[in-house]
Amino acid sequence: MDQGIEVKGLTVRFGNVTALEQVNLTLGENRIYGLLGRNGAGKSTLLNVIGNRLYPSEGEVIIDGEMGTDNDRAQGKVYYMGEKNIYPEGTTVKQMFRWSKDFYPDFDMEYATVLAGRFGLNLKKKLKGLSTGYLTIAKLIVALASNAPYTFFDEPVLGLDANHREMFYREMIHCYSERPRTIVISTHLIEEIADIIEQVVMIKEGKILLDRPVEEVKQMGYQVSGKASEVDDYCAGKKILSEDLLGGLKSACLLGRPENVPESLEITPLDLQKLFVQLTNA
Amino acid sequence: MQFNFESDTPIYIQVAEQIKDAILSGAFPEETQIPSTTEVSVTYKINPATALRGVTLLVDAGILYKKRGVGIFVQKGAAEKILNQRKDAFYNGYIIRLLEEAKKLHISRQEIIRMIEEEITDGSGH
Repeated sequence: MDQGIEVKGLTVRFGNVTALEQVNLTLGENRIYGLLGRNGAGKSTLLNVIGNRLYPSEGEVIIDGEMGTDNDRAQGKVYYMGEKNIYPEGTTVKQMFRWSKDFYPDFDMEYATVLAGRFGLNLKKKLKGLSTGYLTIAKLIVALASNAPYTFFDEPVLGLDANHREMFYREMIHCYSERPRTIVISTHLIEEIADIIEQVVMIKEGKILLDRPVEEVKQMGYQVSGKASEVDDYCAGKKILSEDLLGGLKSACLLGRPENVPESLEITPLDLQKLFVQLTNA
Repeated sequence: MQFNFESDTPIYIQVAEQIKDAILSGAFPEETQIPSTTEVSVTYKINPATALRGVTLLVDAGILYKKRGVGIFVQKGAAEKILNQRKDAFYNGYIIRLLEEAKKLHISRQEIIRMIEEEITDGSGH
């Protein structure tokens, strides 16, 4: 494969803690991925390794057919917007934009300035003086304006109010439409991105739990509820994810598709967030 | 347009249905251009490929057509076509389901007819 990112046999250990274990993953060209996992599952570690901010203990990252580790040309195609502040103390927003232009030749300064105006971000302010929300906004703007073929958003809406979150999602879709690129979004606000992403990658305890198109994932499970005894009868022999009992009422989350459901039972879809909770519990 | 993201209906089908609604209501008149897939996806925060899939569905059904380099337009006669489809769907989606639910609730035939007649008379102002 020439275009895209390939992660092969990636293992990352910190002392005797294994953060990632034998991870294999392909990120295709011009697709939008949702990288989902609970806190500490290994999402940021994975993105850090692809973005060359962390060396793997084992395995490799191939970017458009080239080795990704310590390769400036390959890394110039990857923009990783992470939680860590990589800029020196005292950096202003404007300086941050200028530096981004040096590293990412396709960085669009005009667009970044327009976005800053739209989000109400003061270019003269120092990064350390920004609130959590505005620091996120500054990083988001750089990520969007970088025009990098592989743009990773790690917790892109941290500290953002609902209005700014909506602005960000719209702007991201707009950028993607105008200039398609591979986007990876790692977030805990799953329902907000459920209809934006194409592919879901779930990580649990350092391993890939699932890597499938979002439409398929939404069909993976369902919820059935009704009289406890009837729900139990229906569930017999099926793969049960969880059960809730409320008096004589029972609801159960099941894997698979509903079949021959008695009329007295109610079926509801399991949306992405509910499914995620079910699959990553315990 | 209004999407129900919790519904089991795939979003691209909802996109197609919403466009059909807009054509039926006259919001998207025949022979005029409809919003681009980028506009639809940005406004509703959905993947552009999903929006495109919904539009393609209607192009294939002869309700919309593409003008190269210009955009997507509503086909002449689209409203009538949709109206006829919806009438068929009305029978299956509403009448049949109404009768099934009525049966479950032991509502008699006479009662159903009386309720409908009453609603038509009382509710005609809506």
